[in-house]
Amino acid sequence: MLSIKNLHVSIEDKAILKGLNLEIAAGEVHAVMGPNGSGKSTLSHVLAGREGYEITDGEVLFNGEDLLSLEPEQRARLGIFLGMQYPVELPGVNNMTFMRESLNAVRRGRGEAELDAVAFMKRVREKAKLVELDDRLLKRSVNAGFSGGEKKRNEILQMAMLEPQLAILDETDSGLDIDALRVISGGVNALRSPDRSIILITHYQRLLDYIQPDFVHVLVDGRIVRSGDKQLALELEKKGYGWIEEEAAA
Amino acid sequence: MSSQQQTVDELIRSDYEHGFVTAIESDTVPPGLNESVIRTISAKKNEPEWMLTLRLQAYQHWLTMEHPDWAHVQHPPIDFQAVSYYSAPKRKEDGPQSLDEVDPQLLDAYNKLGIPLEEQKALAGVAVDAVFDSVSVATTFRKNLADVGVIFCSMSEAVQEYPELVQKYLGTVVPYKDNFFACLNAAVFTDGTFVYIPEGVRCPMELSTYFRINEANTGQFERTLIIAEAGSHVSYLEGCTAPMRDENQLHAAVVELIVMDDAKIKYSTVQNWYPGDAEGRGGIYNFVTKRGDCRGARSHISWTQVETGSAITWKYPSCILRGDDSVGEFYSVAVTRGMQQADTGTKMIHLGRNTRSTIVSKGISAGRGQNTYRGLVRMTPRAENARNHSQCDSLLIGDRCGAHTFPYIEVRNPTAKVEHEATTSKIGDDQLFYCRQRGLSEEDAVSMIVNGFCKEVFNELPMEFAVEAQKLLNLTLEGAVG
Ligand SMILES: Nc1ncnc2c1ncn2[C@@H]1O[C@H](COP(=O)(O)OP(=O)(O)OP(=O)(O)O)[C@@H](O)[C@H]1O
Ligand SMILES: [Mg+2]
Repeated sequence: MLSIKNLHVSIEDKAILKGLNLEIAAGEVHAVMGPNGSGKSTLSHVLAGREGYEITDGEVLFNGEDLLSLEPEQRARLGIFLGMQYPVELPGVNNMTFMRESLNAVRRGRGEAELDAVAFMKRVREKAKLVELDDRLLKRSVNAGFSGGEKKRNEILQMAMLEPQLAILDETDSGLDIDALRVISGGVNALRSPDRSIILITHYQRLLDYIQPDFVHVLVDGRIVRSGDKQLALELEKKGYGWIEEEAAA
Repeated sequence: MSSQQQTVDELIRSDYEHGFVTAIESDTVPPGLNESVIRTISAKKNEPEWMLTLRLQAYQHWLTMEHPDWAHVQHPPIDFQAVSYYSAPKRKEDGPQSLDEVDPQLLDAYNKLGIPLEEQKALAGVAVDAVFDSVSVATTFRKNLADVGVIFCSMSEAVQEYPELVQKYLGTVVPYKDNFFACLNAAVFTDGTFVYIPEGVRCPMELSTYFRINEANTGQFERTLIIAEAGSHVSYLEGCTAPMRDENQLHAAVVELIVMDDAKIKYSTVQNWYPGDAEGRGGIYNFVTKRGDCRGARSHISWTQVETGSAITWKYPSCILRGDDSVGEFYSVAVTRGMQQADTGTKMIHLGRNTRSTIVSKGISAGRGQNTYRGLVRMTPRAENARNHSQCDSLLIGDRCGAHTFPYIEVRNPTAKVEHEATTSKIGDDQLFYCRQRGLSEEDAVSMIVNGFCKEVFNELPMEFAVEAQKLLNLTLEGAVG
């Protein structure tokens, strides 16, 4: 489904990703871990099409299609969803309206009919229950004044609404209390399916207790330096990144 | 090029949708301003002697006045001798009695603007007094209004039919000596709207006027007078569009509102005059004096404006809060893009006790647009316990535009309270990216963010108008994306 080959990315002439390779098949969950500043969010932004990144080498194919030549909204309509590390506030833009516009834009892009108001409402209520998001947050402006945890729930709600093929969740677990972590993980697990892949960016092994990954990758200094299964995450928790960094440098 | 920059450039290039010219023969007075032109206007309109006297008085005074230069706008000097001061569409006999008699080309023009009269009639009971160039050519719903005693007609007609009302109130809120443009208007105004709501009457429908400039080089000098007697209530909608022109067109309107005890006037404007091209050529110079006088106790004036057009907007709808417990409100959205300049705001003059005023101003600048909020809140010594709350927010799209805020506050009563809040924000790359990541086009993202920003003001507009205003805003900020 997703194939990243030798991806090199710089920001303002500073190389951030330096030859990243990653293959993801349908239905798989890949955890990406790595020290601060190693390029995890950069990877997620580049996949979603954010501007300001210079692709200096490599390619990314999504279902065989050259992803890097597409606009962010085109990628979204193809089924790429990015749950952001820092969800953005949109003052005055009603959360429900935003979700409806978003869903209908994606549906139009997929050649599906728009949902009418009734069907949409039914779906929102159902999905909001999944992430235990307070109804009142649906009536407020998008993320404006939401707590950190509420913003993350709202991201997962949007993911549930959009039913993406590839979801990239950038530190969705950061700043969540224990209960919220359980709820959100439950939400993500409910969305797992044989044709939906997930990239899970996280710093905490704990998340992987809730969402069992098929693969764990360690990103250091712009490259995936080690891949394994859940054992790798446990090892990292015990030993930190130092040993991998040394091995990679060697 | 960053996405931000791209949006801005696309916004700048978007064409003015209402820029078309209707080929209607006009009965136009040659350019120039002198006593004889004023006498001609007055004679053409068959005005009584007192009206002519008022005009000439204003003209004499205007000759002694200087063009004001304090506003934060720049334009070449206006040649008042190059302006034609009267133009009326040619009419069969004495003008149309019904829509069927209206020049089909004229109706077609309205159709192109998306405001067909036929549809208007059906729409939520809106009565339309359409001003095409300077003379009213179609007025509907007059009978329904007459049944409850509401007078809704053109100013020319009012001068003929209700001279005592016009004489009693005209110029009492905006005297001809008030300012340069108001004085010019008093001398040469050609038409406008007159509304009179008798005591205790709630006007059964929204009153609406569409203005439109059509003649090249024709100044538009509208004069509007609305009187709400004690306990009455009226909502008035004013909307305008103008066809594309190369030369700058001058527009200097005067609006006067008079509100008695317990009465309320809600005055809503959507202004969409031709803004000029991307280099700043053409476009309307819009110098407007709008003022309401809350004469009665507990009287209430609410101004709501959505200003998206004109090369230059110079406009400060104001309230004189004379009656005790009277209320003044000003809700404004002003958009500037390309080379547009807007210097707009309000004055709240608190004279009475317990008077209250609210100001909500939302300025949006894109391209090289310059947007200025200028507001005065004056609490006079008599204004015991008067209150004002002002909120002025600016939104910048791109980094070549400007937002400026000049709040003037004068408090001469220790019990009066004035609160002023101001913010400036920018549509961020992060906001645009967030929306696009969720499948929205860049254009839709911008419009969604901007509409969110303006929500408080749109909420004040009557429903149909709010929808229209939102559409207009989207259109104004629409780019060539996709
Ligand atoms: N706009 C930018 N301008 C300059 N440098 C940037 C920019 N964005 C990111 N970087 C740099 O790129 C590097 C990678 O950042 P990135 O956000 O991808 O790291 P990360 O792995 O997500 O870190 P964290 O775990 O802290 O979220 C960092 O050194 C960061 O400072
Ligand atoms: Mg990060």
